[in-house]
Amino acid sequence: MNKKLWINVVMAMLVAGLFLTVSCAKKTVVSDATTIEDQAAMTEAEAAAEAEARKKAEAERIRQQELEAQQASEAALEQARQQAAKTRFLHQNIHFAFDSAALSSEAKELLKKKAQWLKQNANVSVTIEGHCDERGTTEYNLALGERRASAVEKYLQDLGIGGFRLDTVSFGEERPLDPGQTEAAYAKNRRAQFVLK
Amino acid sequence: MVLLEVHTGLLQGIRHFRFHAGSPTDTCMALHADAQSTKPLLPKLCIQLYMYLILALAVVFWQPAAGWARSYDTINVSNPFLHKTPVAVPAFKALAAKQAETDIGEKARRILNEGLAFTGYLKLVNPDAFLANPARTGIQLGQINFRDWTGIGAELLITGGVEADQGQVTLKLRLFDTFNTKLLKGKIYTGSESQVRRMVHLFCAEVSHVLTGKWGVFNSRLTFVSRVNGNKEVFVSDFDGHNPRQVTHHKSISLSPAWSSDSQWLAYVSYAKGKPDIYIKHLEQNRGTIVSREGMNISPAWMPGQAKLAAALSFSGNQQIYLLTRDGEIIKKVTGSWGINVSPRFSPDGRKLAFVSNRSGTPQIYIKDLNTEDVRRVTFQGRYNTSPAWSPDGKRMAYVGIDKNKIDIYMINLASGPGMPVQLTKNQGDNEDPSWSPDGNLIVFTSSRENNSPALYVMTAAGTDQRRLMHMTGRQTQPAWSGPMVQED
Repeated sequence: MNKKLWINVVMAMLVAGLFLTVSCAKKTVVSDATTIEDQAAMTEAEAAAEAEARKKAEAERIRQQELEAQQASEAALEQARQQAAKTRFLHQNIHFAFDSAALSSEAKELLKKKAQWLKQNANVSVTIEGHCDERGTTEYNLALGERRASAVEKYLQDLGIGGFRLDTVSFGEERPLDPGQTEAAYAKNRRAQFVLK
Repeated sequence: MVLLEVHTGLLQGIRHFRFHAGSPTDTCMALHADAQSTKPLLPKLCIQLYMYLILALAVVFWQPAAGWARSYDTINVSNPFLHKTPVAVPAFKALAAKQAETDIGEKARRILNEGLAFTGYLKLVNPDAFLANPARTGIQLGQINFRDWTGIGAELLITGGVEADQGQVTLKLRLFDTFNTKLLKGKIYTGSESQVRRMVHLFCAEVSHVLTGKWGVFNSRLTFVSRVNGNKEVFVSDFDGHNPRQVTHHKSISLSPAWSSDSQWLAYVSYAKGKPDIYIKHLEQNRGTIVSREGMNISPAWMPGQAKLAAALSFSGNQQIYLLTRDGEIIKKVTGSWGINVSPRFSPDGRKLAFVSNRSGTPQIYIKDLNTEDVRRVTFQGRYNTSPAWSPDGKRMAYVGIDKNKIDIYMINLASGPGMPVQLTKNQGDNEDPSWSPDGNLIVFTSSRENNSPALYVMTAAGTDQRRLMHMTGRQTQPAWSGPMVQED
């Protein structure tokens, strides 16, 4: 039994020694590695922070850019919308039947939109031109064109547009939009047209 | 009366000088007809006397003539232009046998031929048929064998002689009645070679006066609108469109030129200030005014013999016709109805005013008696009748009507009350802006019959002989001949 105990003691000492030896050797290496690891870890954190900051800045920049772009495009869109509205105002003409200065329901709808535009653009004054197709005679068409322009002017006034912002002139059959001699051309030419003053 | 059979349908005036060889008419004409005299004695008195005689003779002799004609052909009576009087114009005589004289003679003869044809009631006999040559045998009364001319159907003969010396040209022109073998008119004109055209037209006026009692269109001037660089400007020319002169330079839209009855003034519309205003302008002197009231100021028309105009103004909110002074001051308002009232035109006696109004719903022509204030509508056919134009005798009215989208010129007889209008143009483009010659024989108008582009045309008052007046760049519209003028010797 004593003999077994002794062997055990020796074994224990050996194992411990071995353990210690291994520990010692290991310790040095680990220590070095730790140092290096510690240094590397710090740089990485810094870099990560930096990267994070950069990313943030970039994101911010992109966001800003996107915002600006969005704003710009919104402004452009708005401008385009306004331009389109203005173009519509100037180019969508009020049409009339032959030898008539009466406003059709279609013409009245269009004039309501025009009145809206005039309200949104309060600093704008316009001349309403009255035109006729080439059928009919010069002098009578001058008078008819004036009645068309006046009918439009009166309707806009009734919709609340100040008379001081509106002016009329008749061109009779002198300024056709379409020089053709078809019914389509004549219909296009029988019109009241808006011109900015 | 045998002659009447041959000449049924000629102008009344021509008839009369045929019927009454040796009547007092000839005494009157004889004063003019002296070939050597360039200044007739008492010309105005003579013209008046002549007019009265024509009238008196018309009353006495028209009845049987009309009655007889009606039995077989009523058209001839109302339309003298269907049977034109044949006139022979042989080569002119070179009085000093110079080549220059022959050349000038040919030029003068060409102008004369065009002028005679322009009347609408004369036709030229083909020179190939001529049996005699007065340039060789003589151009005076005793030297002409009238059978040479009656034999080829020429009822009238015009001979000419030319003298050319040191830039001065003398034209001796004679009009003969071949059947009655007599000199109807002889005239001598002297001037520079550039005045030959004018000389020949003065003689054409004499021919017209002898045959119809009226001076014709030859002393008249024409005004019209033509495009210049995309703008419309007012022009004035000879009666036939020759020598056009641009009288406005507004570089804008200028329209509706109207002659004063003394032909000294023009009133017209221009957009020079951006809207239609009336410009009243003396043609020679720097005088005139602008009517630029609020709204539009359009369609000026002069009152015969007066320094007054009618025009459509819209300052009240409606287009109404007003009587204005030549200075543009309002004398009075003439129309009062709601709606459009435009295109006033005075009757030749100045007592009535025709105008266009849409008071009935469509544009129609009305006549207002300026004394009684009575207004009557005169057009009833169709839904669009505008541009009234009184005949110089006040009995008829030419106007523009639209039927089935076609714009044409029509005529109504005012004396006989509302009747069916006569259509003067048909199936030849759009036809607008009728205006009468001072003698009432011709109507000048705008037509788009060639290339769909408006140009000026002429027809007789019966609608015959429609032809283009002139070729000029740009598009011409709104022609008007100046009023009757007494021939100056």
